[in-house]
Amino acid sequence: MTTLSASAAPALLTVDNLSKHFPLGKSLFGPERSVRAVDGVGFSIGRGETLSLVGESGCGKSTTGRIVARLLTASSGSIVFEGDDITSLDGAALRALRRDIQMVFQDPYSSLNPRQTVGDIIEAPFSIQGIEPPGGRRKAVLDLMARVGLNPEHVYRYPREFSGGQRQRIGIARALALNPKLIICDEPVSALDVSVQAQVINLLQDLQRDLGLSYLFIAHDLSVVRHISQRVAVMYLGRIVEIGDAETLYASPSHPYTQALMTSAPVPDPDRAAARQRVALKGELPSPMNPPSGCTFHTRCPFAADRCRSEAPVLRVTEGGTAAACHFAEVRPVIA
Amino acid sequence: MSDIPASTVHPAPPALNTRQRVISQLLRDKAAMAALTVIILLVLTAIFAPLIVMVLGHGPNEQFRDIGLTPGGVPLPPGPNFLLGTDVVGRDLLARLVVGTQITILVAVTCALTAIAIGIAVGMLAGFRGGLIDTMLSGFVDVVLGLPLLITAVALVSVYGASFPIMMGTIIFFTWGPVARVVRNLVVATKEGEFVDAARMLGASDLRIMVREILPNIAGQVIVYGSLLIPQVIVLEASLSFLGLGVPPPTATWGGIIAENQTNYAVAWWTILFPALFLLAATLAFNVLGDGLRDALDPSSERRTK
Repeated sequence: MTTLSASAAPALLTVDNLSKHFPLGKSLFGPERSVRAVDGVGFSIGRGETLSLVGESGCGKSTTGRIVARLLTASSGSIVFEGDDITSLDGAALRALRRDIQMVFQDPYSSLNPRQTVGDIIEAPFSIQGIEPPGGRRKAVLDLMARVGLNPEHVYRYPREFSGGQRQRIGIARALALNPKLIICDEPVSALDVSVQAQVINLLQDLQRDLGLSYLFIAHDLSVVRHISQRVAVMYLGRIVEIGDAETLYASPSHPYTQALMTSAPVPDPDRAAARQRVALKGELPSPMNPPSGCTFHTRCPFAADRCRSEAPVLRVTEGGTAAACHFAEVRPVIA
Repeated sequence: MSDIPASTVHPAPPALNTRQRVISQLLRDKAAMAALTVIILLVLTAIFAPLIVMVLGHGPNEQFRDIGLTPGGVPLPPGPNFLLGTDVVGRDLLARLVVGTQITILVAVTCALTAIAIGIAVGMLAGFRGGLIDTMLSGFVDVVLGLPLLITAVALVSVYGASFPIMMGTIIFFTWGPVARVVRNLVVATKEGEFVDAARMLGASDLRIMVREILPNIAGQVIVYGSLLIPQVIVLEASLSFLGLGVPPPTATWGGIIAENQTNYAVAWWTILFPALFLLAATLAFNVLGDGLRDALDPSSERRTK
């Protein structure tokens, strides 16, 4: 477990063996079937730290984020935040937790109520939580707008009058209002133009530096999170297949899936591109309703052997310095 | 730091909100404006009914067997004394129609509002909560919609007699179901929006999410449905009264007036024509206004406003 926690200091958030099974409806006879969207995921996030959760769509990364945000309740496992188990909080305790854990959503269009003005949207955290910030709610709203780079004069405008990047700033302002300690960013830039992505990521970094925020940053692309994360976890079919410090993981990935994700990104230098060894994936993502036996990655893995089809690998520390769930984890020269 | 300067986004129309846009589009819709005029006239007639009856000088239930009927006992055609003629027992048709307007508007608005309120409450609960509650409430709506209206009305009237409460209860009972169904489907679609998760993330209660987040997003469609429900209720009320299952005589209603005079339309056409025209004008006006509202509230019709 030591490799999974960031440092000696107590973590802000510790997730252990988290699982979420969605029932698929019962047939009258026979066993109840379910999708294991998240299956035994564990990680921890230190104060002021960013952990990125990366994987293809359907790998369970967003579900993991929603469980930690307590929009969904875990089927099993535990979430410990600041020493308190929050896995199944409800009622007033859950409402109080909302002040500490907030979320920035993926879709800047559907995450803002089209019938409310920007002012109403950013003020909602105060009115819902019954908080009267010093100087009044209206002033707090204007301060938040300025903080995220919005013109406070636009407080009476409706979301549809803003661009995608500006809308995402509105969502960030709303998440900041309650002074949270942890923000779950659920693919906050994947719906934005590439030119705007960097601006929003820079904003998130500035806020982290100024406010000491921790992020659980969910992305489907390793390159997006490279420069903002201290730690990175790669998910495949509901499980973490590799986790480690960002520098180590990018320098010496040990799991074939991580390697494949890295080599699938284009390299701007043809010599380097020719020199690197590509790890190519075969086939399609299997259905999480019917995951493969043994190592769930064996159907697509170029290094799969008989052992992979029968025995599920556990996370173990590799030579490269990360923890990988692979029987044949080794550093391969994928980034030349 | 900031992306595109916000001032370059949407420079022209200076922040028209939805309500202003809907109103300005409705004002340009001639048919809807004509319909609104008719509705306002009908409502004014209903409000000032006692005054109009006083000016006419003939009570709505007063029988003028001497001056209101020919010596042979036939109703009088429209004339200077009785502007729209008299009915089969020598009552002033206009006075009866004016009072009938009052009752019709009152019944239509009360029943429609009640049905919409029940429909919103049930539909929101079913759509938002989903699961077993949804299954049970939706099933109940299906049962209600499957009941035969006329048989239920006849049964109720034969047991309790025709009366206002029975009639209005029957109308409400048979009209809230479709409202609930429409609201439920709108809620199911709307609650998928991430802004609902965002509100929950802030600690909002279910009630707040339903009232503050979801309801404003479905209000437009519910208003349209409500404005189209009113003519349905008017026709329903007229039908029940025509069949003797509605407001008991001698109280005047449009459907009741037609029923009273149906046997002598051959000699007294005005006794059928005028109430029928009132009925037509009212239902047409509410339907046209409802269509205009739907066009005005439909974002896809925004392009053709020019």
